[in-house]
Amino acid sequence: MTAVTPAAPISRIRLPGIAPLLVLASVAVMGGLVILPLITVFQSAFAKGLSTYLAALKDPDAQAAIRLTLIVAAIAVPLNAAFGIAAAWCVAKFEFRGKSALITLIDLPFSFSPVVSGLVWVLLFGAQGWFGDYLVEHDIKIIFALPGLVLATILVTLPFVARELIPLMQGQGSDEEAAALTLGASGFTTFWKITLPNIRWALLYGVLLCNARAMGEFGAVSVVSGHIRGQTTTLPLHVEVLYNDYDFVGAFAAASLLASLGLVTLLLKTALEWRHAGDLSAGRKR
Amino acid sequence: MPVTFPQAANAESSALALDIRGVSKAYGRFPALKDVSLQAHDKEFLALLGPSGSGKTTLLRVLAGLETPDAGEVRFGGEDFLSLPVRRRRVGMVFQHYALFRHMTVAQNIAFGLTVRPRAERPAREAVKARVAELLSLVQLEGLEKRFPAQLSGGQRQRVALARALAIEPRMLLLDEPFGALDAQVRRELRRWLRELHDRAGVTTVFVTHDQEEALDLADRVAILKDGELIQLGKPKDVYEAPADPFVYDFLGAACRMPGRVEGGRLTVADWESAAPKGAPEGSVEVFFRPDEVAFAPPDGAGLGAVVRAIAQRGPDVRIECVIDGQTVELEAHGPALPPGVAPGLALRIRPLRPRVYAS
Amino acid sequence: MTDQAIPRLDPTRGAAARPRLSAWREPSILPGFGLSLGVTLAYLGVIVVLPLTALAIRPWELGLAGVWHALIDPRVAAALKLSFGLSALAALLSAPLGLLIAWTLTRYAFPGRRILDALVDLPFALPTAVAGIALTAIYAPNGPLGAIAAKFGIKTAYSPLGIFIALVFIGLPFVVRSLQPVLQDLDNEVEEAAQTLGATAIQRAVFVILPGLLPALISGVSLAFARAVGEYGSVVFIAGNLPMKTEIAPLLIVIKLEQYDYAGAAAVGLAMVAISFGVLVVINAAQTWLAKRGRA
Repeated sequence: MTAVTPAAPISRIRLPGIAPLLVLASVAVMGGLVILPLITVFQSAFAKGLSTYLAALKDPDAQAAIRLTLIVAAIAVPLNAAFGIAAAWCVAKFEFRGKSALITLIDLPFSFSPVVSGLVWVLLFGAQGWFGDYLVEHDIKIIFALPGLVLATILVTLPFVARELIPLMQGQGSDEEAAALTLGASGFTTFWKITLPNIRWALLYGVLLCNARAMGEFGAVSVVSGHIRGQTTTLPLHVEVLYNDYDFVGAFAAASLLASLGLVTLLLKTALEWRHAGDLSAGRKR
Repeated sequence: MPVTFPQAANAESSALALDIRGVSKAYGRFPALKDVSLQAHDKEFLALLGPSGSGKTTLLRVLAGLETPDAGEVRFGGEDFLSLPVRRRRVGMVFQHYALFRHMTVAQNIAFGLTVRPRAERPAREAVKARVAELLSLVQLEGLEKRFPAQLSGGQRQRVALARALAIEPRMLLLDEPFGALDAQVRRELRRWLRELHDRAGVTTVFVTHDQEEALDLADRVAILKDGELIQLGKPKDVYEAPADPFVYDFLGAACRMPGRVEGGRLTVADWESAAPKGAPEGSVEVFFRPDEVAFAPPDGAGLGAVVRAIAQRGPDVRIECVIDGQTVELEAHGPALPPGVAPGLALRIRPLRPRVYAS
Repeated sequence: MTDQAIPRLDPTRGAAARPRLSAWREPSILPGFGLSLGVTLAYLGVIVVLPLTALAIRPWELGLAGVWHALIDPRVAAALKLSFGLSALAALLSAPLGLLIAWTLTRYAFPGRRILDALVDLPFALPTAVAGIALTAIYAPNGPLGAIAAKFGIKTAYSPLGIFIALVFIGLPFVVRSLQPVLQDLDNEVEEAAQTLGATAIQRAVFVILPGLLPALISGVSLAFARAVGEYGSVVFIAGNLPMKTEIAPLLIVIKLEQYDYAGAAAVGLAMVAISFGVLVVINAAQTWLAKRGRA
């Protein structure tokens, strides 16, 4: 920290004497609390060398967990993206009664504990759930199977896309759509050629966050998974299983994949915030 | 305030194009339009003038199909306009903030209305290109076709919006505060240019403005709205010279107002008596006159007795603040019209040249 | 004087009533309202409302007394107390730490500022299980920081302190991200005015800037709190999970489910939702009150 100076546009309080101290303190807090865990993940993953690391990832259970994680995200993310677009369209472009209640309902899943987001599906579809007997009779498996993992993931990640799109579309208003209609465009053309291009970066941003959470979700899926190795363990659950088996290298190897996912997401997200600030909702601008 | 009038197109003789009858519209309990009826002729340039909240923009949006009135009829060329959805009306609408498609280039913006037509009616790629080039030259934006709206100045954006609206060969052009977002200099330039463009394009045009100077300067006829009602409709000159009521008088320019009386064809204001204007109501009245439409006379002459309180030179114009019958009135005089030796404290007489009289 | 007045039409003419849209929505020319609202409501109904209904109804299978007994069960009560107590403490510590980081990031230019700024979101981006095992590795008695603490006789991992650290980790970004935009938009003139009135830098920070930040700070802290109460993945590894001592409420739900005690699990879940909701209502009220005062 050689050159600590006030950020360029800011001519306000400088506290010149303590500025370096404050910066140092911030870096220390961030370092100890946030950056150290990240380093630890990779360090522990490679603690016994590259070959052990690769072997851990090539393990059939690990491969199955990766595949399952991708499948769950591939179902949950597009559904939530489609929902987000539909919800943002009706909330941002129309005035109707009960709108604020609807927005609250959309945001609601963010305020649940992940464990509760898993629990509710067990209450519905578990062995003693409301639909438990029916499902057993018809030999349909939801809990401890893929559908349960997908439902839990959808519930946890439901607000991500809608939350990015609603404020942006509200800010953009409906003038461009109205202009397109006066120029003879159909409703579908207007949506496809005007609305969608205008929200594409925010949509990407929302999908990015939604995907990161979907792939990394732990609490909700842990409740509905049953932890059947190689079958219902997603990558984060695989980490847990190995960790509890004291296979630390294996656990951290799997964790390193998830950490990389997090880092890539962070990188893309930051890039979007810098390059396309004007096309994201106001809170995302840097 | 100097006001010039355009040569009114010979509007009355041409065919009726737009026919609005009894249009009403309310937002919740707030009435935005109350039983508005007005007509526009083919190729006419009509201004909807009024303060904010007068319903002028609502009326324009009804014409475009962006709002549906609660009651009334809108016909265009004899056809029931209200039963047509927006996209089939073929009106060229220029939005107040232009509503350019921000992710499209200038050329793509202008071509949009042509490219979204059903395949059977869509012009060939080359034809679209030619049309865009033609429109770009019409709005004097050649060379900017690859730019994005964010890379244009306000005036340029406005012209792109206009070209985009003209591209669909609209039956009617609708402009919502076309100069509202521009600075004064650009405004004045674009104003004359728009008028010329209208005359060349020969399309019925309705534009909304809150600027009386703009409306009087540009339009063939001016419709003045207030609180959702049409107050007056007429040629700029007629409207300016004979405002229908005190509101219109006030709205069209600076006004001086004094209480007075009309009895037996004679108008009395303070200590001044004269022949009442034609058609003036009897009894207690409000007398209006423009601050620059007065003649000055010495204290023994004819007119309202006044005492000068202050003078301010403003370029060639002089603003004279005087007290008439206990009331402070601001007058304006152009250099030569100024009475000699005018200074604070001087007593003189002031004769309104064209007073308007309204029952109070 | 009425030569220019408008010929009035019979008001009833042409006033055929047009079909009015139902009163609950304003008319719009844009298409797709029915479709988009239909999709939205159907999706929310299945994914949010139906499961929530189950959560709200199932505990009462135990009866009112049963729910009460499930909640005052010493193990459940201890878990709830631990979760809410530690979350509140962690959220409170996040306030000064978050303020420090947000202040540094908005006020000073230093090498690596942008990277540090991006890394603030790391706890959001890092899957919770990953954070959980990493924090455990660091604060375990043989971990780099845990070993140091152990020298002083302090137990970090597998103790309430470990849970606390994990909760600060997870809550910090909420506080930083709530404060940053406000710090950035703070009215320059207000600070300058204070300066012309003779306030020192520290006086300005304490009397002029902090009060302006308070609503955002409260909002960030309450978000951090809400997240911490429900947090599972990053806590469960470091907690040690000793009943009555380091067992958090979400873990108890998992345990009850494993014992097929659905109603008991739902009771704990509902209690968590209810308590969080109550706390957030109070915080919201405080924030509204502050915001109003700020505008007066």
